[in-house]
Amino acid sequence: MKELFDSLKIFLILTLITGIAYPLLVTGLAQAFFNDKANGSLVIQKGKIIGSKLLGQNFSAPKYFTARQSATTPAYNAAASSGSNLGPLSEKLKVNIEQKYQDLKRSGIQNPDSLLLTTSASGLDPDISPAAAKCQAESVANARHIPVQTVLDLIARNTKPRQFGFLGEEVVNVLLLNLDLDQSQNR
Amino acid sequence: MSMTFAEYAQLIVYFALLLSGGFALGKYMTYIFEGEAGAGLPLLKQLEQLTYKAGGIDPRIEMTWVTYSRSLMGFSLISFVALYALQRMQNLLPFNPESLQAVSADSAFNTTISFISNTNWQGYSGETTLSYLSQMLGLTVQNFVSAAVGISVLVALIRGIVRHQSNTIGNFWSDLTRSIIHILLPLSVVLALMLVWQGAIQNFNAYVEYTPLEQHQDPKDKYKIAMGPAASQIAIKQLGTNGGGFFNVNSSHPYENPTSLSNLFETLAILIIPVGLCFTFGFMVKRLKEGLALLWAMSFIFFILLALGLWAEFTPNSAMPLSGNMEGKETRFGITSSMLWATCTTAASNGSVNCMHDSLTPLGGLVPMVLMQLGEIIYGGVGSGLYGMIIFAIVAVFVAGLMVGRTPEYLGKKIEAFEIKMSTLVLLIPPFVVLIGTAIAVSIEAGKAGVLNQSVHGFSEILYAFSSAGNNNGSAFAGLSANTPFYNYALGVAMFISRYWLALPVLAIAGSLAQKKLIPASNGTIPTTGPLFIGFLISIVLIVGALTFIPALALGPIVEHLQMTFGAK
Repeated sequence: MKELFDSLKIFLILTLITGIAYPLLVTGLAQAFFNDKANGSLVIQKGKIIGSKLLGQNFSAPKYFTARQSATTPAYNAAASSGSNLGPLSEKLKVNIEQKYQDLKRSGIQNPDSLLLTTSASGLDPDISPAAAKCQAESVANARHIPVQTVLDLIARNTKPRQFGFLGEEVVNVLLLNLDLDQSQNR
Repeated sequence: MSMTFAEYAQLIVYFALLLSGGFALGKYMTYIFEGEAGAGLPLLKQLEQLTYKAGGIDPRIEMTWVTYSRSLMGFSLISFVALYALQRMQNLLPFNPESLQAVSADSAFNTTISFISNTNWQGYSGETTLSYLSQMLGLTVQNFVSAAVGISVLVALIRGIVRHQSNTIGNFWSDLTRSIIHILLPLSVVLALMLVWQGAIQNFNAYVEYTPLEQHQDPKDKYKIAMGPAASQIAIKQLGTNGGGFFNVNSSHPYENPTSLSNLFETLAILIIPVGLCFTFGFMVKRLKEGLALLWAMSFIFFILLALGLWAEFTPNSAMPLSGNMEGKETRFGITSSMLWATCTTAASNGSVNCMHDSLTPLGGLVPMVLMQLGEIIYGGVGSGLYGMIIFAIVAVFVAGLMVGRTPEYLGKKIEAFEIKMSTLVLLIPPFVVLIGTAIAVSIEAGKAGVLNQSVHGFSEILYAFSSAGNNNGSAFAGLSANTPFYNYALGVAMFISRYWLALPVLAIAGSLAQKKLIPASNGTIPTTGPLFIGFLISIVLIVGALTFIPALALGPIVEHLQMTFGAK
């Protein structure tokens, strides 16, 4: 019995420290020093929240770069993340890939990069690879009636190198790239 | 696709940081556990003393292994009741801006055992199931204390080895408190802030409504972004080899793991304490080489499996028009960082993911499965990994002793029938739980109903689930719909058995070793540091693991690999 009583006391104290003091301390410091990031790196345009730099969005209009497939319902649902969880031999995966391939072809992307055919882990992947962006340059340029080179320049400007030159992969943030596209035409 | 120079550089830098960081941390942890009460940073020292005072605990009272075990079990019982009640009542409690309902009985049972046993199997989906209060006061607390329990058992075992003719193995409350206050807490604060700096969120806001650039659905269906105090929970779930994520997709969610740098921090956090503890072991037994021998044995198996996984993931899947396997992976991590994480998270009993393991190639998915089935001893869970490996070392000297006809001894202690009986329990219980559990699940409707992918891959999903629960890992082939009464209860029981029925025999060994006399090394002593012993230890680990699991693996990932390579049917 003594053990149970001691357990209860220590448990309550440790709960106080790790369950209340610790998250509040971290929240306080995070809000003080990294306010924007702690609150989700939101993108605000004309006073409206239009998303987060870190979260992907669904794009299907030809004038926008399209992102990867998303397994959330509906696609890119930032309140319920999910992957496809389909195995390497899944029939359903095969169908998904084939369908996306046809969709991309129909919207004028001749040689879709295979990254665009796959589903991301989170369903909220904000990025695509530079290759996956470049394969869409022509169709986006056509839809917007602007030179392909302009679009390629925008891709280059929005390409983030590997961190410190070797960590992770080179990526292009699709939302920021599309925003940049809109803005460059409005100018 | 193949690996580039930058990708090799990632791996090299990772291991350089891991080993050097582990060494420094190992030294620090030795200082914390060997010091009289009150070693450590002044502020933390005060917090530690305050805890003892408020709890009315005298940390200097030494415990026998029986008292130590009773304290551990009492503490776990209280944890169980508190966490279960919290989830069942979350709808009545504050910090629930999304008005989430009470968690169902079976799901709460599963999640409770999952978190008190340091497994952190995620049967639930974080952002749609648990209130901020349940996440913080329930899960975050257990992330700390269950990890600290693991470290405590290890430290007790090391004391059992170091002490002689002694009835006691330390004070549980002191070990628990020190692990949390001096080790897990400061590391978590630093890591959490580094993650927020990279973009992980930490707030108590309600979910944010937004207007996307391109609207797709009916405007009255709102677009929402999940929020919450994520970073503080992510930090400890990585460091404490817990793994239960704030969000459903764990550390592949951009708010949990926003950049490649945050990914490096989080991947380091998985293994740094388990690696550090190998050094701590070496320092505490006053023979660093003994700790290193175990570390090299672990690393050897780790590297072989990592290489296999990378090869499998970079090899094009002949069944799909894809070069390299990016299904279920995030662009910013790519294949290399994803497979490194998958290997680390299952080598340690962490179980967090940054890619979807269900979508790995057959052999890519075999790697995490094997690492779990070996018993979570390749670095392993904080504390539990190394005590598992020490048990293997004891078995290895026993087998070696039989071969040369000498009485086996380990670190100056005679290994006798009692230790071997207890070690056998530790070695046999997890495979028993995994294989019997899998067999039951594939034989009944409730088990078969859960699979997402059909045929062979469906079997792998079930085998993976029981390997994960039966070794306290917590990662999943997440296609399996495991949030059902059958899986919630079956996996809950598996997690319970493989945690406590292992910790108690280990404490029994600690108690028994502590009572023994030290015998000086003689010509007949088998050295436990050289390459010969390391090789022997590796073989014992692999033989025990292989004999137990190759038949099951052959039915799952191995057949699937053959189907993928040579065509199905």
